[in-house]
Amino acid sequence: MTPETVTNFATEFDDSQPPSPHGPVADFATDFDHTDPAWVKDPYPIWDDLRERCPVAHTDRYGGAWLPTTHHDVHAIANDHEHFTSRSVVVGEGRPGPDAPPAPQGIAPPISSDPPFHQGARRILLPAFSPRAVAELEEFTRTLCNDLLDRIEGHATVDASADYAQHIPVGVIARMLGVPADAGDTFRAFIHTILEGVDKPVEQRIEEFAPIEEYLSAFIEDHLANPRDDLTTFLLDAEMDGRPLSPEHVFGSVILLLAAGIDTTWSAIGSSLWHLAQHDDDRRRLARDPAMLTVAIEEFLRAYAPVTMARLVTQDFEFQGCPMKKDDWILLSFPAANRDPAYFDRADEVIIDREVNRHAAFGLGIHRCVGSNLARMELRVALECFLARFPEFSLADPDNVAWSRGQIRGPRKLDLAIG
Amino acid sequence: MRVTIDAERCQGHGRCFTIASDLFDSDDLGNGFVIGDGAVHADREHDARLAAQNCPEHAVMIEEDA
Repeated sequence: MTPETVTNFATEFDDSQPPSPHGPVADFATDFDHTDPAWVKDPYPIWDDLRERCPVAHTDRYGGAWLPTTHHDVHAIANDHEHFTSRSVVVGEGRPGPDAPPAPQGIAPPISSDPPFHQGARRILLPAFSPRAVAELEEFTRTLCNDLLDRIEGHATVDASADYAQHIPVGVIARMLGVPADAGDTFRAFIHTILEGVDKPVEQRIEEFAPIEEYLSAFIEDHLANPRDDLTTFLLDAEMDGRPLSPEHVFGSVILLLAAGIDTTWSAIGSSLWHLAQHDDDRRRLARDPAMLTVAIEEFLRAYAPVTMARLVTQDFEFQGCPMKKDDWILLSFPAANRDPAYFDRADEVIIDREVNRHAAFGLGIHRCVGSNLARMELRVALECFLARFPEFSLADPDNVAWSRGQIRGPRKLDLAIG
Repeated sequence: MRVTIDAERCQGHGRCFTIASDLFDSDDLGNGFVIGDGAVHADREHDARLAAQNCPEHAVMIEEDA
């Protein structure tokens, strides 16, 4: 894998894309932009308005894109692999170039794959993220959370995003992949490089990625020479169509797990703490009765779903009266589907004991998030540990919360006043 | 009451066995399956309905007694 590919690969999943050069949005129905400051600050009223008016919005930005806002349409597109391809799942100015791996495999299988290739690539990963496999990581996760809390305890104000939520998925995935404990700081620095600074010049990004590629290549070589009981060796031993995966495929999967598994769960934990900081009744109820978290996290995932995916239109055709053209983007907003009042009772309210909650936070159809069981466990344990340590907290400065920009939504600065 | 899972629709969201682990379990890929013959005791009917009502893929089915 070339440095260019690695850079593109990581940029694909980065949540801090540079601002759109198109300027302010005139009307989100005909000119929407998910990097617009109004969207980044509070997207929910925008989607509610579009659902009433459109319900599929359009923009000429990014070379042409559509935004379905109802659960019905999001569900229909997620399940239509004839008209919509997953070849690229992050909206950008360009389209996958001639050097990008073609459909049905795509740049980062299986998230970028279409049937029939998709199923085989997905089956390799699923057992490592099954409920039973994830259950074995729960005690490790709890210890990790409590160690982080030990470090921030005693401070009057803590940044719950940067100093807590961020480190939990990083620590768990490092453990799963078999990154040695003494390499933790190196590894965290790599993650930081992957997730931050996409607005730096491409040459600089490539330069910064060289040590990551070098490290991961050596890491995989070492696992080839010295197999052990971790996900990296598991991937190296895995077979697809009777053949082992190439080291390049394993390298790609490792980067995918790093990039897709970290800022997503980080966002879910952060958004949930942001809510609890502002709703004393909900926070105290969950601190008193942590068993309720199993139900409550589903509501946090519905209301503050962090992940929006994308599709590319495969051929000119009409969808819900919209004249879609080949290579138009679809911004596939599971978060907007989760706020559709035609599908959810009191959709705009956060009801932590909502019993009927058929949300789509982890997607719909064959691309259901492979890591959903892991994400749920991390979210539940992270909130349980935080509430046990700090049953009382509030936003230190409501105007100083910074939200990520792009397709992954969550707080990136979340100062909480403790006590 | 009986519960069934449509394996064609199930994508492994895991809601059913989280809500009612005595009625549903998951296989090595994380997909749900019904424990035993799917017969639901009267005092478990509420959770069985919730499992169906929370499946994002509408894969969990309820058959009410005639």
